[in-house]
Amino acid sequence: MSQAIDIPAAASRNRWPNNRTLTILSALVGALIIAGVVLASILLGGFGIDADFTTRLAPPSLAHWFGTDQLGHDMMARTIHGLNVSLWVGLVAASISVVIATLLAIFAITCGRWADALVAFLVDAAMGLPHLVLLILISFALGGGTTAVIIAVAVTHWPRLTRILRAETLQLRHADFIIASRRMGKSWAYIGRHHFLPHLWPQLLVGLVLLFPHAILHEAGLTFIGFGLEPSKPAIGVLLSDSMRYLVAGKWWLGLFPGLCLLTLVLCFDAIGNGLRLLADPRQEQV
Amino acid sequence: MTNWTTLIAVSVVRLALVLVAVAVVAFALAKLSPVDPVNAYLGADIARVGPEQRELIAEKWGLDLPPQVQFGKWLGNLLGGDLGYSMTYNAPVADVLAARFKTSLPLMGLAWLLSGIFGFALGVVAGAFPGTWLDRSVRLYSYVLASAPTFWIAILLLMVFSVSLRWTPVCCAAPIGMLPGNVTTLQFLHHMILPLIALTVLGVAQIALHTRAKLVEIMQSDYALYARAQGASQLEIALLHGARNAALPAITVLFASLGELFGGSVLAEQVFAYPGLGSATVEAGTRGDVPLLLALALFLTVFVFIGNSIADLLYRVVDPRMHGEPAR
Repeated sequence: MSQAIDIPAAASRNRWPNNRTLTILSALVGALIIAGVVLASILLGGFGIDADFTTRLAPPSLAHWFGTDQLGHDMMARTIHGLNVSLWVGLVAASISVVIATLLAIFAITCGRWADALVAFLVDAAMGLPHLVLLILISFALGGGTTAVIIAVAVTHWPRLTRILRAETLQLRHADFIIASRRMGKSWAYIGRHHFLPHLWPQLLVGLVLLFPHAILHEAGLTFIGFGLEPSKPAIGVLLSDSMRYLVAGKWWLGLFPGLCLLTLVLCFDAIGNGLRLLADPRQEQV
Repeated sequence: MTNWTTLIAVSVVRLALVLVAVAVVAFALAKLSPVDPVNAYLGADIARVGPEQRELIAEKWGLDLPPQVQFGKWLGNLLGGDLGYSMTYNAPVADVLAARFKTSLPLMGLAWLLSGIFGFALGVVAGAFPGTWLDRSVRLYSYVLASAPTFWIAILLLMVFSVSLRWTPVCCAAPIGMLPGNVTTLQFLHHMILPLIALTVLGVAQIALHTRAKLVEIMQSDYALYARAQGASQLEIALLHGARNAALPAITVLFASLGELFGGSVLAEQVFAYPGLGSATVEAGTRGDVPLLLALALFLTVFVFIGNSIADLLYRVVDPRMHGEPAR
C-alpha cells in the first residue's frame, strides 16, 4: 500500500527488528498462514459449511474459538474457508494484473511514441475513475460471481505497476546490449522475452506481492457490497455483510474475527512486499 | 499569464478525452451486462407482464435499437443536459445526483479536510523525531490502518459506539421517520459523526506516511543541519523549514486520494446506511439502473479528474521553484 515512502530513519537503522529480520518474520508468518489456511480448508471439508442448529449464535468459547453464526456454523472454520477463497481470488487476480502491466510496459517502450502515449492515456483513464466504481461496473457487466470478481480486480490493478515497469524498461531501452541485439536483427518480441523480462523479474515479484493484499481487500469490499462472490460462498466479504444483520443484537464476534484475520493476512503481505522491495533495491534504503 | 491558460486548456482537453473513453467503456460494459433492464425494472411484477407489454417497454426506452444507435442517442441527450431517468428512485437522474451529492458532500469534504490536517500534523511530528516511540506509534498506526478493510473499521465503530455505548445512531442520515426538511443541524452531525470518523481514521494513514518520509529526508538535508548549527531545536526545524517543504507531497497525496476517498465512502455509506452518492452507486448496480450508473461514473470521473488537476495547479502555486515553468 505504501510504495517508496518507507524510508527507515538514520537513527533506527541498526535497531533490532531491522528490515531483513522483519521481512523474514513476516514471510514466515505469511507462509504459515497460507499453509494453515489451505491445509485446514482441505482438512475441514464440509465442516463450517453444513448448518448445525444445536449451537446457534453462540459467543466465543473453547469449543468454538470465534463463536458460531445464525445457522450454527463454527465461525473459525468459516473464516478459514473465507481466507482460502480470498487467497485464491487475490493470487489469480494479482497475477493477471502483473501480466497486463508487463505487456503494456514493454509495448509502450518498444512500439514507438504513439504506443507510449496510448499506454500513458490508458493509465490516466484507469486512474481517473475511482477503483470501486470501475469494479462495480465490470462486475455488473459480467453478472457477478467468482470469475467476474477476478476479472474486475485484475483489470483495475495494473496502472501503478505499469508506470513503475515502464520507467524500468525505459532505462534498459537504450542500454548497449539492447541496441546490439536490435542491430543483430532480433525482433522486439524476442528482446522483450530474452532481455527485458529477466531484468524485470525482481520488480515483477515485488509488484505481485504488493498487489496481492490490494486485490484481496478489493475483493472483500466488492463482495461486501453485494457485487462479488456468491452469497453461498463463505468469503470474508460475505461473512462480514452477514454479520451486519446481527450487529444491533450485539453479536460482536461475527464481525470482529473474520475482519481481524483478513487484516493480519493483508498486513503480512504488505510487510513482505515492502521488505522485498527494499532488498531488491537497496538504494532506497540509503536515503 | 499565457502559461496558466495553456495549462488549463490542456487539462480541459485531457478531461474531455478521458470522459469520452469512460463514456464508451461504461456504456459498453452496461450493454454487456446479462441483467435485462426490463426485468430489472419490473422486479417482483415480472410474472404479471406479458411479452407484448415487455416489448412496449423496450420500445419506449429504445432498447430494441442496435447498441451503437442507443449510444448515440444517450450521448446526444447527455450533451443536451439530459442525464436520463432513474428507475430505482423514479426521478430524473440529475435530481437524484444533486440530492445524493448534497448529503455526501459534507461527509466526504469534512473527512477529506480532517484527514489532511491530522495526517499532515502526525507526519510532521513523526518525521521530526524519527526512531522515537512517537514515530514508531504513528508508523504502526498508519501501516495497520492502510491495510485495514474500510468496511470492517466501520463495522467495529458501529459495534463499539452505536451498539455497546449507544452514543451514536445505528443508521441513516436522520432520525427514522423524519422528513428531510425537519432535521436540525445537530441531528445531522450526530448521524454523520461515525461515518466521518471511519473515513478520517483511514484517510490519515497515507498522508501521514508520505509526509513523514519527506520530512525525514528534509531533516537530513544541509539546510536543516545549518539551522541546527544556528541553535534551532528539532521541532523548530521541523515546523519552520520542514512543514513547508513537506506540504507538497501531502497536497498531492491528498488530492490524488479523492478516488480512494470515494471508494471508502461507498463502503462506509453501505455500513451506516447513509444515503449518499456511494449508496446510490451500489443501489444502481444491484438494481440494474443503467442511466444512473453511467451518470455516476461520468460524474465521479469529473470529480476525481478535477481533484488531480487542482493538485497539479496547487503544486505550482505552493512551490516557488515551479513558477513560470510550463508543464513537463
